[in-house]
Order: sequence, then structure tokens, then C-alpha cells
Amino acid sequence: MIRLEDISIDLGDFRLDSFSLSVGEGEFFMLVGPSGAGKTVLLEAIAGLHDPSSGRVLVSGRDVTRLAPERRNVALVYQDYALFPHLTVKENISWGLRFAKDPDLGHVDGLVSLMRLESLLHRFPGTLSGGEQQRVALARALAVKPSVILLDEPVSALDPRFREDLQDYLSRINRDGMTLVMVTHDFNEVLSLGHRVAVILEGTLQQVGEVKSVFREPLNRQVAEFVGMKNLFRAEIGDRKALIEGGATLVLNGQAARGGYLVGIRPEDVIIGRDIPDKGGNCFWGKVVSIVSRGMAFEVILQVGEMKLAGRMLSSSLVREEIHVGGDCRVGFSPESIHVFSKSS
Amino acid sequence: MNRSFRERWFMVLMGSFLVIYIIWPLAGMFIRADWRIVASTAKDAQVVGALWRSIWTAAASTAIIALFGTPLAYFLARNNFRGKSVLEAIIDVPIMVPHTVAGIAILMAFSPKAPAGALLVRAGLSPVNSHLGIILACTFVSIPFFVDSARDAFYGVSPRLENVSRTLGATFPHVFFRITLPLAKKGIISGLIMSWARGVSEFGAIVIVAYHPMIAPTLIYDRFATFGLKYSTPIAVQLILVCLAMFVILRLLVAGKRVEEQGS
Repeated sequence: MIRLEDISIDLGDFRLDSFSLSVGEGEFFMLVGPSGAGKTVLLEAIAGLHDPSSGRVLVSGRDVTRLAPERRNVALVYQDYALFPHLTVKENISWGLRFAKDPDLGHVDGLVSLMRLESLLHRFPGTLSGGEQQRVALARALAVKPSVILLDEPVSALDPRFREDLQDYLSRINRDGMTLVMVTHDFNEVLSLGHRVAVILEGTLQQVGEVKSVFREPLNRQVAEFVGMKNLFRAEIGDRKALIEGGATLVLNGQAARGGYLVGIRPEDVIIGRDIPDKGGNCFWGKVVSIVSRGMAFEVILQVGEMKLAGRMLSSSLVREEIHVGGDCRVGFSPESIHVFSKSS
Repeated sequence: MNRSFRERWFMVLMGSFLVIYIIWPLAGMFIRADWRIVASTAKDAQVVGALWRSIWTAAASTAIIALFGTPLAYFLARNNFRGKSVLEAIIDVPIMVPHTVAGIAILMAFSPKAPAGALLVRAGLSPVNSHLGIILACTFVSIPFFVDSARDAFYGVSPRLENVSRTLGATFPHVFFRITLPLAKKGIISGLIMSWARGVSEFGAIVIVAYHPMIAPTLIYDRFATFGLKYSTPIAVQLILVCLAMFVILRLLVAGKRVEEQGS
């Protein structure tokens, strides 16, 4: 559906370097990366708003690299909605139709009812809530029947209750066959909506893959840190075991190549408690160093020998297992949850 | 007396000095004007001609500035480049230069001996002591008032609105005339008014390039120099009345449009 081949963009203070990526038909594709990593620029380049200094952009098999934005059939939705403030909701939604060869008015009526906008048609954008504005922006994008919709953090400016509402709409649009490419900062969103994800750090594409695999098997330390794999250790790998610098030996699931590698365990996979069944090793005594609130869950940091391990617990489990700072407890994780990085370190 | 009340009154008191400073001398002129002479000068063909000339030459130079200045202002609002601040400073030079100096510069540039002037003369146009001369001088001094205002207006329109409308199929001219320009309208109209007002009030630059045909400020100066205060004041009063009327009408038009938008 979308193919980027060796795209480089130089905007003076910002550059993307030889970027290649492909998004399949009907896919819900996620772009993640820290602020300023170039995700918005990438979307705008696909839409034709920045000229790449080299490389090609293909949409539906057609080379659009030199094509003006209005001839690409690629729609764009911004975080701040970008509705035309001097036009009514109805005029906003039908903006793109005046340029279509044979505008499909029935399609627009369908969108209006899908997005529940019937009662708002004659209002101006300034009088709508954030959620309503973003629904109008989505309807406006869908009205031109684009081959793909690019979404730049479409829900991050919304109140939480509107956020889920809009996520449901996005998921529904995708199920109906629309290809979506979305920039987001919210990992929950990536996990719940995305099929595949690309991690962009400092203007370069670090990793692309199935959402689960990128989160569980990051390619390198930077990606691991970015996707929240907090427990990273250097280890010597040999015979289904990983000898962590500083003492502990972890049991691995299957054999990796021998040598010095980085290993990682997601905090969600670390089990903490008074009494953990020791199934196949990887179970230790640890001392609780700190407990930090992370919203719905707590992050518990344990000292295990030389190793500092981070785990996640709900407050009810904290109480049940009598976990408190300075106390001792058991900590464990399954051999499957240990990710051995592919590059030797 | 609470604090915010005291603060407000402090600002009102200080600020009113300047407002009074504007109103006081102008009001005095109206009070002390001899209205019989005002009435008779209103029928004086030379006075009416000068007033009308002031209005249309200022309008003509504003039209020229809008034609060339709108793309310039848009370019400045949408692009960052090396030397942008130098370019912006150049655009503001006419504000800084004494207007007599501006007049001399224009006169030298367009005198029949200079290349540009010679070109105009060959085309059958006379750049000195002519309506064209008035417009040339007017244009020079009014440029910054329009360009700065239009640039700020374009700056206030998010490029994202333009981006989105492009991706929905609109060509650049369509986006410019249907999205950008309507949203920048307020600042553009304000720039047009300022540019026109600057043109109508210009004297220093114009008097050097074209003493004749006389615009209203030149005629006022001419009457003042030859007949004195008594005979120059009535024309001054008329010029103020005409300018105020235009100013109020234009402002009301803009405000009226704004109310219409909010109301619908």
C-alpha cells in the first residue's frame, strides 16, 4: 500500500536518513519514537508536504514522489484537528468533495451518521468539544475515500473518555478496510490497536515488526529502553544459561549463540511475592529498594545480588504479599520471558 | 479599595494622558475653526480636487502594494531562511527614513536623467510633478504598513490547515483563496487601511517628488505658508473629517463582517 524506499529528508534543523518502510493494505500501522524523532515529518512526507532529497514514495504501487499532495489520495489527520474555523461542520466534511470528479454524497451521509455528527452539521468547529472536532476531522478525511489515512497523535489531546471513543472509531474504520498509519506516544494504544509498529529514534528507523515482537524482542538497547524493557543486563551466554555480570545465573529457554550478549526482561514479566513456585530456576531472594507509583500499578525495584530488577505490582498484591521497602521477598521470571539480544555486546 | 481596582485605575489614568494628547489638539482645531470659511472652502474646486487626489492616489499605491506585497508577506510568514531578518529590516526601512529623505531618494531614482525615470518618460509617463510621482512616493512610505500586517496575519493561520486541505484535493491557489486568505482577512484589511491612511497623511516625501498637482497636505502647507493659519485650518478640518469618515466606514465594514461570521 505504502512503500518508502531510501527516503532522506533534510529540513535544516532536522533530518531523516535513508528510510525504508512498507505498510500493507488494510494494516493498522504504528509509528513510535520520542518527541522530535521525525514522526510528523515522515507522515507529512508521505502526504507530499515535504520533498525528499532522495528516495521514492509509492502509494498503491504508484510512484508519487514528485506528485503534489492533492494528487496522492493520502489523507492526514492532526492532533489539533486542523478544522477550518470559518466553515461549518458540514462544509468541513464536504471540503474535499468539491475537487472529486464524481463526489459520493451518499458516502458522506453514511460517515455523518457513523460519526454521530447529524446534530452538529451547522455548528462551527470552535463550538465543539475535542472529541467532536476529531470525529469531524476523521469524517472529513474519510469523505474523499483516501487510499490511506495518516494520523498524527489523533487522540492524545482528548479527554480520556473521548479517547477510548475515538480509538473505537479508528479500530472500526480499520476493520472496514481502511489502511491507517498512526503516530502515537501511548504504548497501550500501540498494543491494543496496532498490527505492526516502527520505532524511530533520532531520525533513523530502529526496528519494524509485529507489535508484540517489538515489545518483547527489541533489536538493541535503545529500542529496549524506549519500549519499556527496564531490566537490561550484560551476560555471558553458554549452554542454555546466561551468566549475569555480578553473579546470578539465569536459565534460558533454548540455546542462543555463545558469547557476550545483552539480555532483557520486561517488568511485567517479573513476579514478586512471599512464595513463588520455583519452576526451572530464575527464582531468587531480593531486597525491596523502592516502590514507585506508576498510575494504576506500582513499580517495585529489587536488589538481587549485584542485579537491580524492576517489576510491576498492583496495590492489592503489594498488600497481600506484604511488600515494603527494606523487606525481603522472592522474585522470579520464566525462561521464556528472557530476551537475548541478537547483536553481541 | 481592592487591589485589582487600584491597578486598573492606575492604568486608566496613565493611559488616558496619551488618548487626551491625541484628541485635545484635534478637537481644538474643530472648536476654533471658522465654520463660515470651512463651508466656503468646501466649494473651492482646488480644495475638493486636492482632497480627492489624496484619496485616490493613496488608494492606488495601496492597490500596488497589496498586489506585490501579499505574496511577499505570505512568503515571509511561511519560510525561514538565512537573511530573513535582514529582508524584514529592509521592508521596515521606509518607517525609519525621514520622509524628506525618502522623497529625495525617489526623486533621484525616477528623475528623467536616471535609467528608471528615463524609461518612464520614454513610455510617455512623467514621474516628477505628476500623479505618478505622488503614487511613487506614497507607495515607498506605505509598504511596511501593509506587508508587516499581512505577514502577521498569515503567520496566524496554521500551515496545518493548508496541509490538510491540500491532502484533501485542493490545489495551492484554491487553498490560498478559500482557506488562508479568508482566515487572514482581518489582518490584511487592517494592513490595507493602515497603508492607505499612511498614503493620505504623507507630505514630506510627496512634496519633494510632486509639489504639483497638489494633494491635500501640500495644499494645507501652501495655504499656511502664503495666507497663514486662518486659511489653512479649514482644509485641515476637512481632511480630518474625510479621513475619519473613511476610517470609521472601513473599520465598521470589517467589524460587521466579523459579527456576521459569529452570528451564523
